[in-house]
Amino acid sequence: MHIFEGFLPTPWWQIWFAVSIPVIMYGMYQMNKLVSQRREVVPLLAVAGAFIFVLSSLKLPSAVTMSSSHPTGTGMAAILFGPAITSVLGVIVLLYQSLFLAHGGLTTLGANTAAMAIIGPVVAYVFYRSASKAGMNFYLNVFLATALADLATYVVTSVQLALAFPSEVGGVYASFTKFALIFAVTQIPLAVVEGALTALIMKYVVQIKSEVLVDLNVLSSAAVTKIKEAME
Amino acid sequence: MKLEYIVGIVLVLFAAQFLYAHFVIDPYSEFSGADGAAEDVIAEINPDYEPWFGGIGFEPPGGETESLLFALQAAIGSLIIGYTFGYYRGKNKVN
Repeated sequence: MHIFEGFLPTPWWQIWFAVSIPVIMYGMYQMNKLVSQRREVVPLLAVAGAFIFVLSSLKLPSAVTMSSSHPTGTGMAAILFGPAITSVLGVIVLLYQSLFLAHGGLTTLGANTAAMAIIGPVVAYVFYRSASKAGMNFYLNVFLATALADLATYVVTSVQLALAFPSEVGGVYASFTKFALIFAVTQIPLAVVEGALTALIMKYVVQIKSEVLVDLNVLSSAAVTKIKEAME
Repeated sequence: MKLEYIVGIVLVLFAAQFLYAHFVIDPYSEFSGADGAAEDVIAEINPDYEPWFGGIGFEPPGGETESLLFALQAAIGSLIIGYTFGYYRGKNKVN
């Protein structure tokens, strides 16, 4: 659930554009470099983008707050390609939703990009890489990294709204509690589903294209062998 | 245990939390969007705030068209995922 059109006052919408634009530019540069150096990753890049498309279109009901919200789907791309390239894929989805669905908005695109396409993916990427070094089970790692990225996205959305709309009593923190109660809490069951689905799709990526995962430094070839042995 | 079973169980549990919410907690809830609830909080914090930009994108005329566009979004994504995975699976078999 993104911040609606026109719902961030000056200077906040400009600030979030200032945060997002350099990352997206860097992401485009990285994506160009990756695609020209390794043509074989293009289909996987398309799948990662498509995964964001599918998951962010599913409005799921949550018993915690009796309201609906949607997963982000960005964890897979973040783990495979890093946060910069993921920000480019994410901004495409956010543009589609703000132009055709009146979901999110153009003036809030910077803020929504920062939450869903940058900071969430950074959380997924950092968690995955550190836990991978520490030797965590691959599927558990993907599950946790993705679920945390999903939650982080909505914590950031809550921070963004709280900064723009501080409460008269209690200021930014009081507002943050209110927004986080809506966004982040609603998201808990959705984050679990998102983590599980991402772990599953990553299993199939290992099955069909494990050499690309080794190329992209997502898994070592020893880890791939271990995971494949467990499949049989 | 196979990952597929675990994911299956997670999905069943997710359905269960929804059914519990719908039949036990509040049968009248429509599970409206969390973003709408956030809009109410903004109105409560700052009652004078008016969205300063109306949007220039296409606004679906109603729920039906909106669900069409969301379904289209999911369909395009699924098509790409299914095509790519099927292509590689077939290719791996041939080799």
